[in-house]
Amino acid sequence: MSATVSGRRIALAAARKNSLHRSRMWALWGSYAALTVFVFMFLVPPFYTLMTSLKSSAEISAQTGSPWLVHHPTLDNFWYLITYPNFQRYYLNSIIVTILTVAVSMVISVLAAFSLSRMGFWGSQTLSTGVFLTYLVPPSLLFIPLFQIIGQLGLINNFWCLVILYPTLAVPFCTWIMIGYFSSIPKELDEAALIDGAGYLQMLWRIFIPVAMPGIIAATIFAFTISWGAFLYPLAYLYTSNQMVLTVGIISDLIRGDVFQWGKIMAACLLASLPPIVIYAFLMDYYVAGLTAGATKG
Amino acid sequence: MAEVSVRKVVKEYDGGVQAVKGIDLDIADHEFVVLVGPSGCGKSTTLRMIAGLEEITAGEIWIDGDVVNDVPPRDRDIAMVFQNYALYPHMSVFDNMAFGLKLRKFPKDEIKRRVDDAARILDIVPLLDRKPRALSGGQRQRVAMGRAIVRNPKVFLFDEPLSNLDAKLRVQMRTEIKKVHQTIPTTTVYVTHDQIEAMTLADRVVVMNGGVIEQVGTPNDLYHHPATRFVAGFIGSPAMNFLPCRVQDGTNGGLSVRITDTFVVPVPPARVDRYGAYKGREMVLGIRPEHLFEYHEQGKPGWTRVDLPVDVVEPMGMETMVHFFVDGAPVCARVDPGTHAAPGEMLPLTADLNQMHLMEVDTGRVV
Repeated sequence: MSATVSGRRIALAAARKNSLHRSRMWALWGSYAALTVFVFMFLVPPFYTLMTSLKSSAEISAQTGSPWLVHHPTLDNFWYLITYPNFQRYYLNSIIVTILTVAVSMVISVLAAFSLSRMGFWGSQTLSTGVFLTYLVPPSLLFIPLFQIIGQLGLINNFWCLVILYPTLAVPFCTWIMIGYFSSIPKELDEAALIDGAGYLQMLWRIFIPVAMPGIIAATIFAFTISWGAFLYPLAYLYTSNQMVLTVGIISDLIRGDVFQWGKIMAACLLASLPPIVIYAFLMDYYVAGLTAGATKG
Repeated sequence: MAEVSVRKVVKEYDGGVQAVKGIDLDIADHEFVVLVGPSGCGKSTTLRMIAGLEEITAGEIWIDGDVVNDVPPRDRDIAMVFQNYALYPHMSVFDNMAFGLKLRKFPKDEIKRRVDDAARILDIVPLLDRKPRALSGGQRQRVAMGRAIVRNPKVFLFDEPLSNLDAKLRVQMRTEIKKVHQTIPTTTVYVTHDQIEAMTLADRVVVMNGGVIEQVGTPNDLYHHPATRFVAGFIGSPAMNFLPCRVQDGTNGGLSVRITDTFVVPVPPARVDRYGAYKGREMVLGIRPEHLFEYHEQGKPGWTRVDLPVDVVEPMGMETMVHFFVDGAPVCARVDPGTHAAPGEMLPLTADLNQMHLMEVDTGRVV
């Protein structure tokens, strides 16, 4: 009798295990299928960019053969851009604007987030929501009124205007990330620091910034991405080569009338993508940790 | 080293909720005072007001002869140990302990000397280079204490420092804290909800309830002479038994306490005068489980026999807890483990009525 019962139990357990195994298999196959489509969609454009950048103008314009393959690879497009003074200028302008944007955005965001999340003053909750709401206003709605302001400041066609404009895009989201991160730090840590003799700035500098470094890195990457990839504002406010940044410089310089220098455009895109790729590759783990922190109390 | 005085202190939060309702407390130099009470009684709020982490709605707090109501925490010369340790996670143990001294611009060699001394007292010298995440709960709490000790403050404040530790470690750390106070007898205010912690550590215990102080006294005072039913029930484990009763005439001109028609116990002669004024009144009889024990043929004056039906028996090794119901009220007795007691049977017990307490029903005051 007991042998029959135990035999039935084993059979039931095996059936449960099999069904678990089967449902896991289905989930895995579903995941692979979805990821394959996703990877394909996102990797095809960079692949096409790379292939085109390695072709000569003649090969690009030739209508023969597959456009996905390179028959006579050349680095001429890259060499042209690297030695082209305008492209160097765009690159340098982009670097200057981005470094300053990131610095300005992070200083404002960290200070704002610290005061909003930790100092608990009257209205801080409403202000926090307000900061995030400003992020929801599309930049395309703002560039006309901002044009007036920038014009009054005398900064039209001056890349320094971007150092003022980009933080308006970066600060709200960076502040929001940092508020979440700072809020996940136990309250007792500030109280311990206060009793140990720290002022608010010392507390921020010596306790909160080191502890919240993953969040700060996440916010920094975000500010960098905003600044490096922005297109609308530089297109609206800059019109001479010496002031342009990469995003608008590439299209305004390498598209002349109806002549598209596809090889050089693609090579320029790849060269422009290098800094984000390098930064993401090194800091991706911090970025993910920073974005998810604050979601749960840990 | 300093005295601490809390005078008519009130803490009212937005919305009019009063967490602390005008308490007065004087803590002497070198004294170890424990604030104890259930959750929400205002003990932590009181401690945080002494620390300067909560603003005071009304009243005054004095530290070392100065009113500190408007003095920020860093200038009060206090050190605090938190329940969740609050160690700086990115700093080593040494840096955690040295942080306060560095901010106060102490010379490096003085910082090192103080940290080393504190580490020796707390037995954490080998841990000085580690980060907090590499420490156990007990070690972290020692570091938190070390951070307080190095500052050599006027007052130590402890906010439920052992609550996050397991039971065994809690007992061990309790002894450590007592030892540290014996070595460095700084004025200490310690908050806990654990009455055993309060009794074992304190020079004086402050029992709080609903934002007011119920009683202040030495652990023995509170145990033997509780002022209110709340204190009587809060101090002692298992808690005191409470039985509704009526005081009435007894034999030979004495008094007796009637619990039920069939359960009437005589008031010891020494208490007759004290309880005489309450004759005919509904009261509450309080008696601790340790004063209800196995029946002895040779009794003492004030001992009386009671026979109760056993409900549950809890053997604990060195003693056995026996639970009964008397007219619907739960009663616990602490008997010798050799005593035969089985559920459903009547168990003869001795009630040591010399240790009884009588309380007013409406005020809860012990008379």
